[in-house]
Amino acid sequence: MTAALRTHGLSKSFGALKANRDISLSFDAGARHALIGPNGAGKTTFINLLTGALAPSAGDVFLGDERVTALSQHARVQRGMTRTFQINTLFPGLSTLESVVLAALERERRGGVWWRTVAGERAALDEAAEILRRLRLERDADTLTRALPYGKQRLLEIALALATRPTVLLLDEPAAGIPAAESAELFQVIAQLPREVTVVFIEHDMGLVFRFAERITVLVGGAVLTEGTPEEIAADGRVREVYLGEAQHG
Amino acid sequence: MTRLPTLSWSRAEIAFWLLPIVAFFVFPHYLALGSQVMIAALFALSLDLILGYARIISLGHAAFFGLGAYTAGLLAKHGYGEPLSGLAAAAVVAAAAGWITSFLVVRGQDLTRLMVTLGIGLMLYETANQWSSVTGGVDGLSITEMKKVFGVFGFGLDGRTAYLYSLAVLFVAFNAARLIVRSPFGLSLKGIREGERRMPAIGASVRRKLVAIYTVAAGIAGIAGALLAQTTQFVGIDVFSFERSADLMIMLVLGGTGYLYGGLVGAAVFMILQDYLANLNPVYWQFWLGLLLVLLVLFARGGIIGGFDTLRRRFARG
Repeated sequence: MTAALRTHGLSKSFGALKANRDISLSFDAGARHALIGPNGAGKTTFINLLTGALAPSAGDVFLGDERVTALSQHARVQRGMTRTFQINTLFPGLSTLESVVLAALERERRGGVWWRTVAGERAALDEAAEILRRLRLERDADTLTRALPYGKQRLLEIALALATRPTVLLLDEPAAGIPAAESAELFQVIAQLPREVTVVFIEHDMGLVFRFAERITVLVGGAVLTEGTPEEIAADGRVREVYLGEAQHG
Repeated sequence: MTRLPTLSWSRAEIAFWLLPIVAFFVFPHYLALGSQVMIAALFALSLDLILGYARIISLGHAAFFGLGAYTAGLLAKHGYGEPLSGLAAAAVVAAAAGWITSFLVVRGQDLTRLMVTLGIGLMLYETANQWSSVTGGVDGLSITEMKKVFGVFGFGLDGRTAYLYSLAVLFVAFNAARLIVRSPFGLSLKGIREGERRMPAIGASVRRKLVAIYTVAAGIAGIAGALLAQTTQFVGIDVFSFERSADLMIMLVLGGTGYLYGGLVGAAVFMILQDYLANLNPVYWQFWLGLLLVLLVLFARGGIIGGFDTLRRRFARG
């Protein structure tokens, strides 16, 4: 079976700093795959290389069978790989509904349509309303993004990504900065995504990682330390040493 | 509150558009000034499309105004004085120039854009200055061969045709702009304005959209320039001047960016104030304009329209 997403020897250097070293990973279709590792392990850099926000120093990214290493960010999104951001990267002056409609229209390549109003784009509006309902944001449809409470902004991050109808969804610390109760709720939403969607997520809360991930990859110092099922990772002495030990202090 | 807008007209908008028609009958001696206001308003509308919606800052928008003015002027001078086709030709020439230069403009950030647009404006100004065999240089280009609008309405000394013609063109262009900003394309532009970094992550190509709106805005600026040439039957090299680009920026900021109406209101306030204050004191009138501008950006961010908007919401809340 072809992997939904695969990297081969992916590397990124910033001057002398090797942020990612020779990362070759494969994510099966429908996976629930966590990337963990201490701060500075290169997790976000890896996401940036996958999505094309950064160009790799070496190596390749394959989405399904297609090599996408040279494609722009938006071209990769159009092929089904979408990310969310660790720090909210939203549209402060657009309403919740407008933001999601915008993403849905772009997916349909209707973002260049100038001869009719957005109010007339029924399909995109209905779809956006449905996504907002799924994330329990429907009551905030007309609220400007900048006026949303932080936790709801985190949900909107995911809503925007869902509106692109991804086959591969990359979540960079989706629950960053929200209280534990809310983050469990947020992960519940993620867990309910259809199985066709491959989910790769970065998360620091080990409780959430072990509850929702079916495979875990551990990055340390920009390289892959190990990969396995949650049971294997929990039993791995090296992981406990470099990561879990540290996490217990933090 | 942020329900998606349709194309229906609010009462305030209808009242707004009745003003120039009322003014036509009430101030018959100010029709020349009125035409100038509407040309400036159209020009400001075109800047609002790129500054207010796509956040492209430009100090050289007069480049397209000037190209439009010379296109219409030269056509009329060489025997093609039919006004509407003159406008169309001006739009095409200015839009083509906008499309070509857009690739220089959209790649940079604010400071780069400021300098590139400024530079292009200066280059065109000097070209018009040097190439006097065609442009008339500093003496300008007098047009005596303007044909009648629809073959019926001549540009007479009373300025009535010029006024109504400018108003009609402004209204048509405004409707086009209004449709654009309320369309999916317009929403994308607001997306770029509000979160340029997020746009590629939802699958949108930012560059292509900026190129498109820059081209459209240049075309509209070209129409404004052509209107000036046709209604005054003269083109001077000041159509390319830096002052024209700078005044334009002042008008738009005065009125408020990102509302479309801001450019219209700003242009009207600017031109009428200029006329009034220059009559009081032809040398120092800009002092008062400067003071107004400083007060506005300090106390009413978003300009005149933005200020009204804030007040309206405050009253609505009680």
